[in-house]
Amino acid sequence: MSIEVDEVKKIAKLACLNVEEADVQAYATNLSNILDLVAQMNAVDTTGVTPMSHPFDAVQRLREDVVTETDRREDFQAIAPKTEDGLYLVPKVIE
Amino acid sequence: MSNYHTKTVTELSAMLQAGEVSSVELTRFFLDRIKSSDDKLNSFITVCEEEALAQAKESDEKLKAGNAPALTGVPIAHKDIFCTNGVKTSCGSKMLDNFISPYDATVVTNMRNAGVVMLGKTNMDEFAMGSSNETSYYGAVKNPWNLKAVPGGSSGGSAAAVGARLAPASTGTDTGGSIRQPAAFCGITGLKPTYGRVSRFGMIAFASSLDQAGPMAQSASDCALLLNAMAGFDEKDSTSIEKEVPDYSADLDKPLDGLRIGLPKEYFAHSEGGMDAEVEAAIKTALDQYKAMGAELIEIELPNSGISVPVYYVVAPAECSTNLSRFDGVRYGYRCEDPKDLNDLYTRSRGEAFGAEVQRRIMVGTYALSSGYYDAYYLKAQQLRHLISDDFTRAYEKVDVIMAPATPETAFNIGEKTDDPISMYLSDIYTIAVNLAGIPAMSIPVGFVNGMPVGMQIMGNHFEEAKLLNVAHKYQQATDWHTRLPEEFK
Repeated sequence: MSIEVDEVKKIAKLACLNVEEADVQAYATNLSNILDLVAQMNAVDTTGVTPMSHPFDAVQRLREDVVTETDRREDFQAIAPKTEDGLYLVPKVIE
Repeated sequence: MSNYHTKTVTELSAMLQAGEVSSVELTRFFLDRIKSSDDKLNSFITVCEEEALAQAKESDEKLKAGNAPALTGVPIAHKDIFCTNGVKTSCGSKMLDNFISPYDATVVTNMRNAGVVMLGKTNMDEFAMGSSNETSYYGAVKNPWNLKAVPGGSSGGSAAAVGARLAPASTGTDTGGSIRQPAAFCGITGLKPTYGRVSRFGMIAFASSLDQAGPMAQSASDCALLLNAMAGFDEKDSTSIEKEVPDYSADLDKPLDGLRIGLPKEYFAHSEGGMDAEVEAAIKTALDQYKAMGAELIEIELPNSGISVPVYYVVAPAECSTNLSRFDGVRYGYRCEDPKDLNDLYTRSRGEAFGAEVQRRIMVGTYALSSGYYDAYYLKAQQLRHLISDDFTRAYEKVDVIMAPATPETAFNIGEKTDDPISMYLSDIYTIAVNLAGIPAMSIPVGFVNGMPVGMQIMGNHFEEAKLLNVAHKYQQATDWHTRLPEEFK
């Protein structure tokens, strides 16, 4: 399995990662090697095998739809990069 | 000069309860040891001197008042993956270098309720992705047995700190071997519990269907005490198991007569990348010891074990790419300078703050989950996961525990595998299947090769931690490998 440079750029975009041009080739080589390792999976026939998403095939537990959290906005925003009047600030999205 | 560092948690706890030592004295002793020796190891990211001494003082008051829980006043370290209220929680990443957690992980809360004092936060591979502790933003950790060697990973700081007795014990986490492999490399005892046994709340997520926290300590009896405090149902973790927690110390001394030990022939096969001959010799000697204690050795088959590394490198990256999407530079963590628009803020913050291994795994996961590839990768991996898990179910019909090496070789040198991610991945060849199946497993020290510790793995069926601890404890009663200290840290 070989991943080309263009494909690395596409994956990086999907993953919201800014990859430096100088590093793209190294990622292409490494990702190709990893996918070669992963391709060993194809040696085993899994027709009809149920996929296992949880070690106990359990389902997610649900809780009552009630308020359990206290308002700690100030604590949480104290560690944010940029806030104003209780809002998180990001660059302008809509012109 | 006191020798508290040669004492186990079990011994320290007894001394504290008997009033032979105060928690403040013990805590100072270990803080001093960290101060004077950790520049050799780099095993701590944060040392909590003030907080630790305050907790120690409080512990001493509780001990004086009587009826204090067993671990009251015992100083330990936490892996820096656990959120600790008011204390930097970096997860070994530049992304969280400025993150002061606003809450405690359940493991941290449980340990505090049990009375332990937190000495500090240990170094680790970035976001727990690594097998050598070399991917940490805070630099590599060194192995106390040979400062040129890696301590293993991802809980490398925890393993090195306990191996050098800078802390009597530590917490760790294990997604593909991150407790057992470093425990083996540093000559300590580590336990990865059954999936869901210990709460994942506040433990920064890597691969949610595999991650599990556990104790790293000097002995099985210490691990039992620590697991007693860590384990239990937590409604804040939707995959936490609602099952009563037994007293893990209760069965430690049970005789091993008639114990059926399974030896998977795939793990002992002589193939390329397989077990080093001297590691094998140490494991065989340990197995002979078990035979002498009345156990029976039975060859078993785990036919799909060879596929576990490829399966892991789909499941773990896929889940990591999803989990790490939360780091966006908006609410907490690193933000790039002068973002020109929102997309630039996201991509540059992530690109600048995640290291190469983390980015590789995010990209592999993104690829495996992307449109058109899901069935070929993630679904296929989950099907194979079922086959791997079924292998264990069948094996436990015939045997009580399974034994195998923890790692194919002893600790490798720093820099030896950094240019080749695949060879790094294969150092977890014996530990990964356990996480895929969700079963508990331990690593215990069973000897040395060229001065470096060898770890043997003991795997059990779901929720059989008590049996594993019993099996490990009996061996440690008959041998003294687990009491050995590196020359430089005696």
